[in-house]
Amino acid sequence: MTRGRVRVGAALVGVGVMIALAACSGWGGAPGTATRSGTVPAFGGTITVFAAASLTATFTELADEFESAHPGTTVELSFAGSSDLVTQITEGAPADVFASADESTMLKLVDAGLIEKASTVDLATNVLQIAVPPSNPAGVARLADLADPGVATVLCAPQVPCGAAAVAVQKATGVDIRPVSEELSVTDVLGKITSGEADAGLVYVTDVLAAGDAVDGIAFPESSEARNTCPIAVVEGSANRDAAQAFVDFVAGTVGRQVLDAAGFGTPESGR
Amino acid sequence: MASRTNHSYAGVPGWIVIVATIGATFVVLPLVAMLTRVNWSEFASLISSESSVAALWLSLRTSVTATALCVIVGVPIALVLARTKFWGQKVLRSLVLLPLVLPPVVGGIALLATFGRRGLLGQSFETFGVTIAFSSVAVVLAQTFVALPFLVLSLEGALRTVGTRYEEVAATLGARPTTVVRRITLPLVLPALLAGAVLSFARALGEFGATLTFAGSLQGVTRTLPLEIYLQRETDPDAAVALSLVLVLVSVIVVAVAHQAGEANGIRQRGTA
Repeated sequence: MTRGRVRVGAALVGVGVMIALAACSGWGGAPGTATRSGTVPAFGGTITVFAAASLTATFTELADEFESAHPGTTVELSFAGSSDLVTQITEGAPADVFASADESTMLKLVDAGLIEKASTVDLATNVLQIAVPPSNPAGVARLADLADPGVATVLCAPQVPCGAAAVAVQKATGVDIRPVSEELSVTDVLGKITSGEADAGLVYVTDVLAAGDAVDGIAFPESSEARNTCPIAVVEGSANRDAAQAFVDFVAGTVGRQVLDAAGFGTPESGR
Repeated sequence: MASRTNHSYAGVPGWIVIVATIGATFVVLPLVAMLTRVNWSEFASLISSESSVAALWLSLRTSVTATALCVIVGVPIALVLARTKFWGQKVLRSLVLLPLVLPPVVGGIALLATFGRRGLLGQSFETFGVTIAFSSVAVVLAQTFVALPFLVLSLEGALRTVGTRYEEVAATLGARPTTVVRRITLPLVLPALLAGAVLSFARALGEFGATLTFAGSLQGVTRTLPLEIYLQRETDPDAAVALSLVLVLVSVIVVAVAHQAGEANGIRQRGTA
């Protein structure tokens, strides 16, 4: 009931977001997608996918592939921090699919009864990597180096997923990092490193890959202590349920696996 | 006097009053709506948590410092803009006021390019062992950058309004330029200076984008109240709303003080005219 009441206002916000994103969703996809022979599914129309910012590149590509495989179906994408997306969906934003950067964020929506539990799939895993400026001015080689007071290290704040993972890694290894800054998002951490303000930071391996030449990544074995899982699910009350479920199956399927692998994501143990 | 006030009010067409009411509602309603989201039973504990107090204290300290910096450099800028004429003055005025319209994130990037470890000036600072990055100094610089135009704008306007008559009289009586500024100009525009300083303080207090981009975010060092609110929103929306209310209250007080100073300014001008 509460959801119905707040829906109009939130829908206006949602429409604004969608208009903004409609302009972006056209590019970035890989051309020459494999068309699949076989059954033409009994759905079409538009689905709105809310996905964590860390999935921007992969989901933009996958949405294009999905549209090619299912002519007549349009995928609208909305990327933001997982917590922002949870707030938007709770306030009644019209999402059909939600892909989260971590399990705890997804759990908030599950607890609120806004997720079709049965549709939830673990999509991919992600681990932390040390990001350094290309010249690696502080000569960072391993995790313990980040605890060196002479190394200006930036982390995500413990309240955001990448920061929670950094805390978990420190707890598991006993390495005590005193960051010069606890940033509000991965983008902010990378910003401090690419600008040379900081000597090192901890972000996800997919973020390092996505940043290209701007930063160098250093893998460390202890990263497995904080393996992050990205779940995806159909949002309860989706107006285009069949298409939404098809999209979830698509990104959790073979094509999705390839795209996610290429971006550096890992395969979840319970994955299909 | 009262009848004259009524008369002037009646002179405003009804439809303008209606549109004005809608406009005012547009600004006030969201603030009222926020009040409905406040968790009053836990309000006190939410705003008195260690991180909240640290953020509020840091915000007040840095904003006061930034306001002082704004006054120190802003008064001369306003005087030069209002009392002199030189080639490129209009361009200079536009550039000084630029942070008003610039997205704060852009300001942050610009500050990084200047004072960052690899920045234009930052590199030389670094050789002297001075690092601005990730320090409260960086917060103050970001706040000063965005708040300075408010002081310059209000002061320059006041300087032009009061005119140069008294200054000219003082000069003909043999006062040196510095004496004229100290004894005549500044006392005349003091209320506007106060109002401008209060506005600058308010802008510094609300600064988010440039601080986040340039200074970072660490409790007690660089995480000001707006950054704390943004971060709390991730895990504790109640705390974010409670802190937002604190910021709104401080801002309301600040705006009221500025208004008061502005009115005093008007009275003074009417009195001297």
